[in-house]
Amino acid sequence: MVKKVDTPLTDEVINELRAGDRVLLSGIIYTGRDAAHKRLAELINKGEELPMDIKNQTIYYVGPCPAKPGQVIGSAGPTTSGRMDAYAPLLIDEGLKGMIGKGLRNQQVVDSIVKNNAVYFAAVGGAGALLAEAIKEAEVIAFSDLGAEAIYKLRIEDFPVTVIIDNQGNDLYKIGKEKYKII
Amino acid sequence: MREIHVELISKTVERLCIESNYYLPQDVKKALQDALEKEESPLAKEIIEDIIKNQEIARTNNVPICQDTGLAVIFLELGQEVRLTGGDLNEAIDEGVRRGYKNGYLRKSAVDDPFMVRKNTGDNTPAIIHTKIVPGDKVKLILAPKGGGSENMSALAMLKPSDGVKGIKQFVLDTVDKAGSNPCPPIIVGIGVGGTIEKTTLIAKQALLRTVGEHNSNPDIAKLEEELLEEINKLGIGPQGFGGRTTALAVHIETFPAHIASMPVTINIQCHVARHQEAII
Repeated sequence: MVKKVDTPLTDEVINELRAGDRVLLSGIIYTGRDAAHKRLAELINKGEELPMDIKNQTIYYVGPCPAKPGQVIGSAGPTTSGRMDAYAPLLIDEGLKGMIGKGLRNQQVVDSIVKNNAVYFAAVGGAGALLAEAIKEAEVIAFSDLGAEAIYKLRIEDFPVTVIIDNQGNDLYKIGKEKYKII
Repeated sequence: MREIHVELISKTVERLCIESNYYLPQDVKKALQDALEKEESPLAKEIIEDIIKNQEIARTNNVPICQDTGLAVIFLELGQEVRLTGGDLNEAIDEGVRRGYKNGYLRKSAVDDPFMVRKNTGDNTPAIIHTKIVPGDKVKLILAPKGGGSENMSALAMLKPSDGVKGIKQFVLDTVDKAGSNPCPPIIVGIGVGGTIEKTTLIAKQALLRTVGEHNSNPDIAKLEEELLEEINKLGIGPQGFGGRTTALAVHIETFPAHIASMPVTINIQCHVARHQEAII
């Protein structure tokens, strides 16, 4: 069954999400990948204000293609999340609730998700054209000098994701693999 | 001597950059459809269907299949009876990349230095160019954009000749298992065995240009490809790492004679967006 979820994420919603759930997300999310995360972490460490309030928000690890004339955004699939592991716990401590990416996370991120009641979703890697169709508005709100790596505010409708790591620390990558492994 | 103006090279590269990123060769789709029939996990089936749908959207709307439109990797075969006129060949290729990534609304993913400032070059240059001089009066260009996610999961090992087939298999299975969900499975596994450190890596990349699922002409190597595919698909990683039978769509092995002391092996992992387009001038 597919669950419909709105952002910003609430604790009640996160309590209902379990690894392996298919979810259609709607609402506002923010983009951020390598270079933007480095800058966000620098701002937090210096005690300075972030370009957006990340409390209860969701960050999508993506560097989209440029929009063609008439398009809201170019192809926009997830990038590998592991490169953001160094920064994610810091952001989760600041109130970040959701992350959308693809690929493995380290133990510190899993621990941080459990401790702060957060969630890690994956979107289908390589399905950038399909995923862009669920993005209805896109606006650069910070670090525009970074081009594709700038922070965009996105409005999404029924954006398809799968819960990978839930607030109990269940990890679909481990569960799914164990189930289908042939020894 | 046949004369070819380098502007024709630029124009061809521009077109190939765009076409390779919008239109995936049908072999991948066929392999995915075959996988769909064998896949046991309901979630994995849904993911494979999404991947096929994504390819169709990209083709219909003329947009990139994946937002990571890669570094532009170019295999150039230059006929020795061709005389190039009008400028620098490598500069002409970069000019084609510059135009293709701009006019095709492709993402620029190149940074100017690998570990210092990492400033985006802004036009996706420089291209990665592999040139081979061949007989004849033609120029063949293959453009294979390569994304970072799957490239990052690739690996090289200088195995001992005594490690044999068993050693090669173990290295491949360990590498794919460790990569897990990161390289966007289902993947295609390009393997180079033999040559020197750079040769083995080049042939591993060239193995990815082969039609998906087409076997090496040597029956022993073809058998190893089949065995490896079966063993990889027993790992359970599945599409996107969500668990399932479809971790890899194909294993392609290329070999080259080696030094008496060496057995280098490179594994070049390719995601399901296995892009390559060619043109002959």
